[in-house]
Amino acid sequence: MPDNEMAHSDFVPAPISLWRRGMNSFATFAAAAAVILVLVPLGAVFGYLIYKGIGSINWAFLTQTPKPVGEPGGGMANAIAGSAFILLIASSMGVPIGIGAGIYLAEYGRNRLGNIIRFTADVLNGVPSIVVGIVAYAIVVLSQGHFSALAGGVALAIMMIPTIARTTEEMLLLVPNIVREAAYGLGVSRWRTTLSITLRTATSGVITGVMLAFARVAGETAPLLFTAFGNQYWNWKINQPTAALSLQIFTYAISPFDEWHRQAWAGALILIVLIVLAVSAVRFVASRGMMEGAN
Amino acid sequence: MRTRFQQGLDDLRSRLLRMGGLAEQAVDRACQAYIDRDLTRCHMVLEGEFQINVAEREIDEAAFDLLALQQPIAVDLRFILAVTKINSDLERVGDQAVNIAERAMDLVELPKADLPVDIPRMAAAVSAMVRRSLESFIEGKAELAQAVLEMDNVVDRMKDEAFITLVKTMNDRPDVTRQALDALLVARNLERVADHATNIAEDVIFWVRGADVRHNVTSEPSLHQESTDAQ
Amino acid sequence: MGVGIKVNKLNAWFGKTQALYDITMEAPANHATAIIGPSGCGKSTFVRCLNRMHETVPDARATGRVQIGELDVYNGASAVQIRRRIGMVFQKANPFPTMSIYDNVAAGLKLNGFHDRARLDEIVERSLKLSALWDEVKDSLRKKSGASLSGGQQQRLCIARALAVQPEVLLMDEPCSALDPISTGKIEELIFQLKEKFTIVIVTHNMQQASRVAEFTGFFLLGKLIELDKTEKIFTTPSDKRTEDYITGRFG
Repeated sequence: MPDNEMAHSDFVPAPISLWRRGMNSFATFAAAAAVILVLVPLGAVFGYLIYKGIGSINWAFLTQTPKPVGEPGGGMANAIAGSAFILLIASSMGVPIGIGAGIYLAEYGRNRLGNIIRFTADVLNGVPSIVVGIVAYAIVVLSQGHFSALAGGVALAIMMIPTIARTTEEMLLLVPNIVREAAYGLGVSRWRTTLSITLRTATSGVITGVMLAFARVAGETAPLLFTAFGNQYWNWKINQPTAALSLQIFTYAISPFDEWHRQAWAGALILIVLIVLAVSAVRFVASRGMMEGAN
Repeated sequence: MRTRFQQGLDDLRSRLLRMGGLAEQAVDRACQAYIDRDLTRCHMVLEGEFQINVAEREIDEAAFDLLALQQPIAVDLRFILAVTKINSDLERVGDQAVNIAERAMDLVELPKADLPVDIPRMAAAVSAMVRRSLESFIEGKAELAQAVLEMDNVVDRMKDEAFITLVKTMNDRPDVTRQALDALLVARNLERVADHATNIAEDVIFWVRGADVRHNVTSEPSLHQESTDAQ
Repeated sequence: MGVGIKVNKLNAWFGKTQALYDITMEAPANHATAIIGPSGCGKSTFVRCLNRMHETVPDARATGRVQIGELDVYNGASAVQIRRRIGMVFQKANPFPTMSIYDNVAAGLKLNGFHDRARLDEIVERSLKLSALWDEVKDSLRKKSGASLSGGQQQRLCIARALAVQPEVLLMDEPCSALDPISTGKIEELIFQLKEKFTIVIVTHNMQQASRVAEFTGFFLLGKLIELDKTEKIFTTPSDKRTEDYITGRFG
């Protein structure tokens, strides 16, 4: 072959070595194994819950209040309603404050004060839930003189705020600055831009943050021990002790009665199912508002 | 910087200078052939014309490519436009040199006549104009080009005087009519060469100063002032 | 009809770093003035000072006088009010991603409190026609989001959005730098037509674009305005050697 031609074989890539292929397979296998390792406990929990609890779920369970000890039957209807009630109170405080804090941190808080708030939020996040309960007890219950749904709501709200604030901040920071500039260029004031444009763009992320916080506190028991306290009957008053599903499960589970154990399993299953339903419902409603091609 | 572009400009410049050399040499040879009644030189001029024509085509092509591919503006654009114009003028100078050579060939056939006209002096002046206009291009100096513009008047006067003198000669001495006619034509060819040299000088001024000084109407120079105010 | 822009001794800083030095110039009404210069010369900063967008950067400030028609930009109304009278189109098309095409165009009006439905419909249609986008989107105004359009269409959407508030002046900061030649051509054509109604200042790093669309061109270097003149003069016989060196590619 003449000198100025290059050998065709110069451009043929070398075949993939056995070692490379082996490594590739191993890595794929390891990743798959990791996924399974994560899903197995989740599946096990669900499976076991269904196994233990499904038998006890019936119409009576879902609509009746607990019967006195010894009597069979009864249900957790008031606990289900009570949980919803307390979570509503908690959300009505936690979500606005959390989102507001997140907005402040993202848009106005790139300074010393912002750093202090961020640090505080992170610390608050790490406070044990029982301690939060005690704090809420001290602030609300002692000053009012009785247990109440409000106190329970306050405790849960305190736990929601750091998560919502930090996620909101992260999501708002993800909104590209050119979107804000577009609004400024049109003569929109800063606060209006933040609410109508930036927040709106980050909506789906913010909702995710709220749902995360909601799902976490929905199952909390310790903060409600000294605040909502629990109730055997229906209660819709904000200033009275209220039943909660997690509390009821706890009470029944540590009791010596088999009947109550059975109901505790059912209650646990209901709790998980309700949380999943609530999160899905919000996601569905939020996605209805999206248009073709929007992100 | 844009090295390919700069190389293109340098190439264009050297090609034009080479062509300028050929044209200048052709005129000098033709004039010398006329003065010395040298047939060999005449033939050299006639053969040299081919090279000049080839050079003209090559320069135009090179300039065209630079315009299409490099999007030159301002001084670079003026330079390339000036080169194409000078190119054309140099080719015409070559043609005039051929004309002079042809007159010389005619004169060689005829007996030598003593004519009261100083062709050598005129030839020297014109040759100087061509040389100086090419120098102004090499140096990129508008003042040198300006000097050429002034010399054109001198050559024009020389041509007018030659005409008057030679027409009188033809009337007075009919036996040397043909020689006088040849001399008259050569005078006119030289005047044309001077005009082309003037054009070259005007093109150099356009390139260097951005001023269009053709036809004695000047437009707008003022380049390279260090002004920081906006107009 | 557009109005002229007069700038007098404009200086601008980012914190302690000065970005613009004593800029004094005029952009005539109903013409396009291009601003060219190497990276970092201050041309974007300059244009952003015209509508006080410069101030949105923390620690940024500007002094001097900018007059847009009757409006004294720095000494009259607030920055927010000023920006309602001046339209701006940015380098990267930035439609509001969660809003429909209709809402995007109407955003400048709706967000500032204008809610008359019938008038809004009219204004949206007129603005989209002005920016040569109407025919392409008229059937999906409310169904498609602003971000689902192609790059060139998005930029025309942003132009429509800027025009909807009927500004006196349109500022464009390298509007075509992220677009392909066809889209660029469409927008340049647009600028040509918009000149009849508006005064345009366009920052561009593409000199051929400046020479295609603008009657006047200003050359900036290191925060100073070196030369401002008719475009054909700048590109054939510039007065300042620095201008010539830049446009012929000898630096920058």
